[in-house]
Amino acid sequence: MPISRADVQHVARLARLALTDEELDRFQAQLSLILDEADKIKRLPTEGVPPTAHPLPRVNVWRDDTPGPCLTREEALSTAPEVEQDRFMVPRIIEEEP
Amino acid sequence: MNLADLTAHELAARFAAGEATAVAATEAALERIRATDDRLHAFLTVTGEQALHDAAGVDAARQRGEALGPLAGVPLALKDVLVTKGVRTTAGSKILDEFVPPYDATVVTRLRQAGVVILGKTNMDEFAMGSSTENSGFGPTRNPWDPSRVPGGSSGGSAAAVAAGLATLGIGTDTGGSIRQPASLCGIVGVKPTYGLVSRYGLIAFASSLDQVGPLTRDVRDAATLLEAISGHDPMDSTSIPEAPTDFSSRLEAGVDGLRVGVVDELFLEGTDAGVLARVREALDRLERLGARLEPCSLPSFEYALSAYYLIAPAECSSNLARYDGVRWGLRAKDAGDVVDMMQRTRQAGFGPEVKRRIMLGTYALSAGYYDAYYGQAQKVRTLVLRELQAAFQRFDLLAGPTSPSVAFPIGERVDDPLAMYLSDVFTIPVNLAGNAAVSVPAGLADGLPVGLQLIAPALGEATMLRAAWAFEQDLGLGARPKEVRP
Amino acid sequence: MTAAVAEEVGARRYETVIGIETHCELATATKMFCACPTAFGADPNTQVCPVCLGEPGSLPVVNARAVEFAARIGVALHSRIAERSQFHRKNYFYPDMPKNYQISQYDEPLCVGGWLDVDVDGAARRIGITRVHLEEDTGKSLHVGATGRIHGADYSLVDYNRAGIPLVEIVSEPDLRSADEARAYAEELRAVLLALGVSDAKLEEGSMRFDVNVSIRPVGHAELGTKVELKNLNSLRSLHRAVGYEAERQRRVLADGGELAQETRHWDEGAGRTEPMRSKEYATDYRYFPEPDLVPIQATADWVERLRATLPELPAEQRARLAEATGLPAKEIGWLVRDPEVLAYFQKVAEGRDPRAVAGWVMGELQRDLRELDHTMATNPVSPERLGELLDLVAAGTVSATAAKDVLAEMFSSDASPAVIVDRKGLAQISDTAELEAVVDRVVAANPELVDKVRGGKRGVLGALVGQVMRETHGRANPKLVNELLERAIG
Repeated sequence: MPISRADVQHVARLARLALTDEELDRFQAQLSLILDEADKIKRLPTEGVPPTAHPLPRVNVWRDDTPGPCLTREEALSTAPEVEQDRFMVPRIIEEEP
Repeated sequence: MNLADLTAHELAARFAAGEATAVAATEAALERIRATDDRLHAFLTVTGEQALHDAAGVDAARQRGEALGPLAGVPLALKDVLVTKGVRTTAGSKILDEFVPPYDATVVTRLRQAGVVILGKTNMDEFAMGSSTENSGFGPTRNPWDPSRVPGGSSGGSAAAVAAGLATLGIGTDTGGSIRQPASLCGIVGVKPTYGLVSRYGLIAFASSLDQVGPLTRDVRDAATLLEAISGHDPMDSTSIPEAPTDFSSRLEAGVDGLRVGVVDELFLEGTDAGVLARVREALDRLERLGARLEPCSLPSFEYALSAYYLIAPAECSSNLARYDGVRWGLRAKDAGDVVDMMQRTRQAGFGPEVKRRIMLGTYALSAGYYDAYYGQAQKVRTLVLRELQAAFQRFDLLAGPTSPSVAFPIGERVDDPLAMYLSDVFTIPVNLAGNAAVSVPAGLADGLPVGLQLIAPALGEATMLRAAWAFEQDLGLGARPKEVRP
Repeated sequence: MTAAVAEEVGARRYETVIGIETHCELATATKMFCACPTAFGADPNTQVCPVCLGEPGSLPVVNARAVEFAARIGVALHSRIAERSQFHRKNYFYPDMPKNYQISQYDEPLCVGGWLDVDVDGAARRIGITRVHLEEDTGKSLHVGATGRIHGADYSLVDYNRAGIPLVEIVSEPDLRSADEARAYAEELRAVLLALGVSDAKLEEGSMRFDVNVSIRPVGHAELGTKVELKNLNSLRSLHRAVGYEAERQRRVLADGGELAQETRHWDEGAGRTEPMRSKEYATDYRYFPEPDLVPIQATADWVERLRATLPELPAEQRARLAEATGLPAKEIGWLVRDPEVLAYFQKVAEGRDPRAVAGWVMGELQRDLRELDHTMATNPVSPERLGELLDLVAAGTVSATAAKDVLAEMFSSDASPAVIVDRKGLAQISDTAELEAVVDRVVAANPELVDKVRGGKRGVLGALVGQVMRETHGRANPKLVNELLERAIG
């Protein structure tokens, strides 16, 4: 199942990658190849087979509602590219939250 | 003999006998690094001053008569995918080139508690994606056996460091073979523990349901000891096993008499190097001579494991890597018109081609309309692999085969052919999908380059596979060490 | 648009269909996946850790109490607690989301189905619940620029204190049919959450938020009309007004021959209308997949039973019990039950006293004074014991109801008992017959025309004479006695 150029562009947008035209071409070819590999698994007998999300069969891993140590504000902001008013500064946000 | 060439247990004996100090061992390692790492490029960050300070602390404690563990004072190379508080951590990526984490990974905390001396952070394929360390954002690492060749990946830096005597011990991570394959290509021991045995808290995630941290060492005993130091339940990791076994070394010498070993047909694929096949068959013969009972075994789902892995791992990674967007840490593109523009250009500039490819593939595999056919189906195939392995372990105690279809290949040979690169992982991937444990142990040389034997254990079967690996290793004899890149 | 449809719209045979999605912050001590505190109003970025900041390498660990609270909500709403439920990742990029995915639940939520019985002006309505699930809240952005809103901002500043706070999403079926019903549902749901003690449900602080879906369709049609989503209505009043406005707007659009767009609209409280939000260029695709860092939740029947057995009295039960115990009308009971603090206060005062009188004072004069003196029930300085003492004085005739109002106002700033205040202010009611007879005689003598009118049959005029007696006694005369004495004097 080949991937179209439009598909690749849509995926790039979803993944927030500003790909060049050359990359779009390259990925279109490479993704198609790899997905042909993936097509192999369609033929396997998976009727009624449950998916494995975790190799470990555990359930109910919880913790108590007890407060623990936080980072200091300095530690939290220490990695920030830009800080203002003790907050992480970002360029203007155009779209509302989905 | 140079302290830098000893194993950890040999060093521990010298420390205990007062014949060497931790500071001396650390200095020897740092000297090796100074002399050879320009060429090898195993390390991204060397924390020499801190290491000497830590080593001095261990020596002082020993002077005071404190009881110290078997790894106290031993120098170690840490793959740059584990966060170290206050010390640059890059995951091999330009997008984290100047990232200094505000916290330590649990594994790092446990290593420090064991008195290990961390020499620095080692090179790796970017975000652990790759099988050669050529995908590093900072240039490749070279194989100490032949510097024109790759050390394997993604834990190439740690593997090369241990093989070349730059560090006594190494820590790597394995998602599809990234500890075992470089161990095989560099002629050292590498262990991928059972999923959940070692904490992932502080491990920069690639594929959450597949990643595990594990040892890279010169011999099996060191691997067992190092594994003991880092494994065990961590309340900060919900996928961590609660009552895991903690003893992998006390019965190392128990031998393999009567051990049932399945030789997996599907691990002897067409296209495997003749030299690799020869060394591995010899290794299997040796095991039989030592008392193991070998039988052929077929695991047909292994053929599909690669395809399933190449849908699951990128899907999880596409989500795990979304946080690298220039907002809170790392690289940020300048002069952006708005935040979306900033994020897109930051990620474009910061990620290498292999990472971008996997993000694209993973995003696609999860996107609307494709989930059931790709990711969903891959998770079902995963169940088939798991079930087949569980059934096999009813008949066998261990499974065996080559770790890698080839010896170390030349730098640049496969980097533009992703499918060829992916095939390097064909023998190691099924184990990650099922969550089992596996070890790669050196099985000799083919055309002067190391070959690895892979032993696969059932979940929490580390003690069994390590005692088999030890018996094999002792009988084979610890072979030649790489002569290249020595001062 | 065809003539037939226009006629229908013109003749107003459309019904409004409303569904409400409620997001509610849980009152746990710590966040959903880490041990950071959840206190409101802390300095920015001081309640964060590697996990809720989404630092590279961090991992989530589920807060047991949050799961319990969410399950309690499900049980209170008559949902089925899923034997097995799972967390999923909801993937999208936004600066207030540290990981650029939200850990939420998708097709295996904790609670499925259920209902909430709501009283809408005396009519009982059963509103279906689709599901209740757990997720984590996002950080908060400050938009710096012209209006402080997102449009026209130059840049934004993000505080992650709120990121990771446990959220429960409660989705109703599209069973609501009017703005009144929507409001009643929201109020009842809030009362349930407060009674359960799982959230402080403060709309003004954002710990309870509504997204409302409004559509209209011809009466009798089963298919839903074009759905419009109204986001972030942050008070019950806005909810009510917005829904009312939107339902009307949709009718107008169709009546004018237009078409309705499936869109998200923003309620502008100042302008009193909904505005379209900037449309997204690309479709959002959340690429849900099971959260690999978390294991599933398994809810055993025993665990669910224990939750059910330890559920507190819910508003519906409280109302039934109060109705029986006090005989108060439904509207008053509804009011009393809505806020657990008000209810607790009322119940204390009403112990051993006439509930109708108590309700009258709590809902009337006390509320008025609280509002005027800038208090809420939470900061009310008048203890239930003190109010009770005052009511006892009124019942005993020691002070008139009118005078008691002054005493109550005084009690807001004084610790003294009502009896002491009555004394201090000389407000004791005059019930001495001889004393009052003298005043009555004076008033009767001074108002011959009024007296004649009363004798002539205009009984209502008696009130004016009573008023005069009250004025002469500075409001302290016992009005009942005054009435009696005047009647006797006039004949």
